Amino acid sequence: MAEVAEKEKVQMLDIYVMGKRYKVPEGLTIQTALEYCGYHIIRGCGCRAGFCGACGTIYNFTYDPTIRYALGCQKEIEQNMVITQIPFFPATEALYNVEDLEPKEGENKLVELYPDILTCFGCNNCTKTCPQDLEVMEFMSAAIRGDIKRVAELSFDCLICGLCAARCPQGLQPYNVALAARRIYGHYMAPKSQHNLNRVKEIEEGKFNVELEELKKASEAELRKRYAAREIEPAK
Amino acid sequence: MPYPAYMEESIRKVEATRAERLKKGLLPRIPEAEREALVNKFHPDYKKEEMRELKVGPNKGERTPHEVADLLEGSSRVDPDKIELDKIDHDVDVLVIGCGGAGGAAALLAEENGASVLISSKLRLGDANTIGAQAGTQAADRPNDSPAIHYLDIMGGGHFTNDPDLAEALAKDAPDAIRWLESLGVEWDKEPDGSYHELSGGGCAVRRMHSCRDYTGLEEMRTIRDEMRQRNMHGRKIDWLEFEPVIELLMDDKGQVAGAILMNLETKQMSVVRARAVVMATGGVGRTHIQGFPTTNHYGATADGLVLAYRVSCPLVHMDTMQYHPTGAAFPPQILGLLITEKVRTLGAELVNCDGEQFVHPLEARDTEASAEIRECKERGKGVTTPTGEVGLWEDSPMVDIIRGEGTIARELPAMVRQFARFDIDMIHKPMLVYPTLHYQNGGIKIKADASTSVPGLFAAGECEGGVHGRNRLIGNSTLDLFVFGRRAGRAAAKWVKEVKLGKLTLDHVRKWQREIKEAGLEDMPISPMLLPNYARGNRPVPGFVPLGEASEYTPFGDRAVRWI
Ligand SMILES: Cc1cc2nc3c(=O)[nH]c(=O)nc-3n(C[C@H](O)[C@H](O)[C@H](O)COP(=O)(O)OP(=O)(O)OC[C@H]3O[C@@H](n4cnc5c(N)ncnc54)[C@H](O)[C@@H]3O)c2cc1C
Ligand code: FES
Repeated sequence: MAEVAEKEKVQMLDIYVMGKRYKVPEGLTIQTALEYCGYHIIRGCGCRAGFCGACGTIYNFTYDPTIRYALGCQKEIEQNMVITQIPFFPATEALYNVEDLEPKEGENKLVELYPDILTCFGCNNCTKTCPQDLEVMEFMSAAIRGDIKRVAELSFDCLICGLCAARCPQGLQPYNVALAARRIYGHYMAPKSQHNLNRVKEIEEGKFNVELEELKKASEAELRKRYAAREIEPAK
Repeated sequence: MPYPAYMEESIRKVEATRAERLKKGLLPRIPEAEREALVNKFHPDYKKEEMRELKVGPNKGERTPHEVADLLEGSSRVDPDKIELDKIDHDVDVLVIGCGGAGGAAALLAEENGASVLISSKLRLGDANTIGAQAGTQAADRPNDSPAIHYLDIMGGGHFTNDPDLAEALAKDAPDAIRWLESLGVEWDKEPDGSYHELSGGGCAVRRMHSCRDYTGLEEMRTIRDEMRQRNMHGRKIDWLEFEPVIELLMDDKGQVAGAILMNLETKQMSVVRARAVVMATGGVGRTHIQGFPTTNHYGATADGLVLAYRVSCPLVHMDTMQYHPTGAAFPPQILGLLITEKVRTLGAELVNCDGEQFVHPLEARDTEASAEIRECKERGKGVTTPTGEVGLWEDSPMVDIIRGEGTIARELPAMVRQFARFDIDMIHKPMLVYPTLHYQNGGIKIKADASTSVPGLFAAGECEGGVHGRNRLIGNSTLDLFVFGRRAGRAAAKWVKEVKLGKLTLDHVRKWQREIKEAGLEDMPISPMLLPNYARGNRPVPGFVPLGEASEYTPFGDRAVRWI
């Protein structure tokens, strides 16, 4: 077994939770540091793994006023960090029905839903804010141009944490604009998978019923035999 | 935290054997007989001392892990004598408990079928295991595949212990579930001609994994959640209460489930919901840290649904089997136990030991894969120990780009790349250290093919139900389960609502329960449902972090004496 290096002594770091100082061991994330400080988190914690966006956090350092952004569960604490979680930020979503959003030549559905996006003056705060490092301002420009495919592509990894909206001086909500764009793209613009639609129809018509009934009635020994005899398709 | 020098040394051995391994190909799969022996000897489910027999309730006499048993046999949070059941705060057709994929799908379908719906959500809508799903969703929709082959895979993966009706429903509804999600706007990965880009998965005979990069669950969840919001904004009868979990079910005097008691987590106020049908969709148990394992699960995965259903005498199945995902992160400590999606192995990464040797086919069913890893570390001593005392094996991710061309990892696995990069590890060029982690509850509430249970008025869907996957679930069959049984539950509940006549609300079942546990000498059991784990220092060690060296009193999940809210 590979040998463990000699254990190092743990450093204790100073952090400031909403201005209040605590000493916590190095190596914790912002989220686990809060718990080390004694907080039992209710808001601001979901997946604990960087997928849900519940733990949006802003921070800076006692010696450096520049505001920075992170997911609390994915950011390791540093000496003299000052942290505040933003578990919720108010935003109003546009009203729509995906069934009525078919993109048409010469129309810009995203601007119709979110006319305010035309007031974007390109300050790029949203991009600087994004804890997923997405090109937020770029997808907002694509939205203004009506390039739904580009918005969907660039925004795909968005966790909807809300930090971009919290920082936009124009009160825009890039994450909601992107969500609408992706739904439009998925529903109307992505090419259809004919093989799937064929299969749905075959199942409706009962094509596999006899075979399935037979398998359901088969003895365990018979099932095991068939299972072992399955032809395995090579990974692609 | 980059790899320390001694781990880098082991990585060089992995790199040294890579060319040879690529030439030789994969180890053969383990034959069936050997596979059972391996699992029997090394899988955590087979450690007798880690389970106990239940003393009360419908599964009395059956074994389940201590952590689950203690909750199932816990005391109610509700004092039936202090709750006024004639003051009803919300009166609805269908109450859905939990809003992951299963709850979301059930809510949408119940609403579409004419019912008014209220969702109780412990965290925000969608903060759930579903949102963390990465690899994908199975559906036999390619021409060389069929629901019958899918059925065989489901049954074989589950060691032929599955309920055949449920396995059939899963295989048969699958292609339509994919279609339904796309109609809501889910963007599946596709080939240029529009056909789905489908990968193979552990234990699957045919490629049928539908994915959305490695954010499959996120894409499914955010789309469903948005659809719920939009319907709500349009004034349709679908509404929710966030941070307001169910703490007990209500019955009526005819023995039907008839609503629930909710608790606002912030104000601690309770409210009474009367509902003509209840859909349980509370997900899994990872945050009970069975056997001290770290977990991939979200913060609210605390077995609540099992507890609630058990108290109204609803039987559970296969509660002695949990799924330990073969590849939880073993390093760096900040992400201990978090998931490294199986997709990395589907794309070509092998598992190798500290000397860079392959020891198992990378796509065995999960229980087999995990057992082989435990054997490699515990019996053969071929693991790598981290500075914080975890042990793990290498998952050789750089192979993916070598096999499939540069850029594949960045394109197919952005979430993984990002997660490791955040802690200074470049998984495109260096392997990741992995070890089994508590991932999924194979069993759960016993249901029929329409997602109904043996208790009238109670339906269940998703990870909290059992029988679909038998004793072991395959990759991609759970996110499928959500949409198959979630939709079935929504439809069945809406139908039930039209027929049922509710009687007088009662909490007599809680009174009876409290008597039974007292008679069985179980007064020391905790209060349940657990709702949230309490990781605040002094209550329980912080997961995902083992302090270096001499640090403090705190070791990872050492104690069983969990305290919570
Ligand atoms: C990291 C990760 C990756 C995965 N990857 C895959 C994959 O690639 N493919 C696949 O098929 N499966 C995968 N799985 C498994 C699959 O995602 C889950 O089994 C599935 O999403 C569970 O969905 P659910 O709706 O049943 O439960 P959840 O999504 O967990 O939702 C349950 C909801 O109920 C809430 N709740 C709990 N108790 C209460 C209460 N008392 N009152 C009110 N609300 C409550 C919870 O907080 C949660 O919001 C993965 C799981 C994890 C954790
Ligand atoms: S808790 Fe989900 S992203 Fe941090």
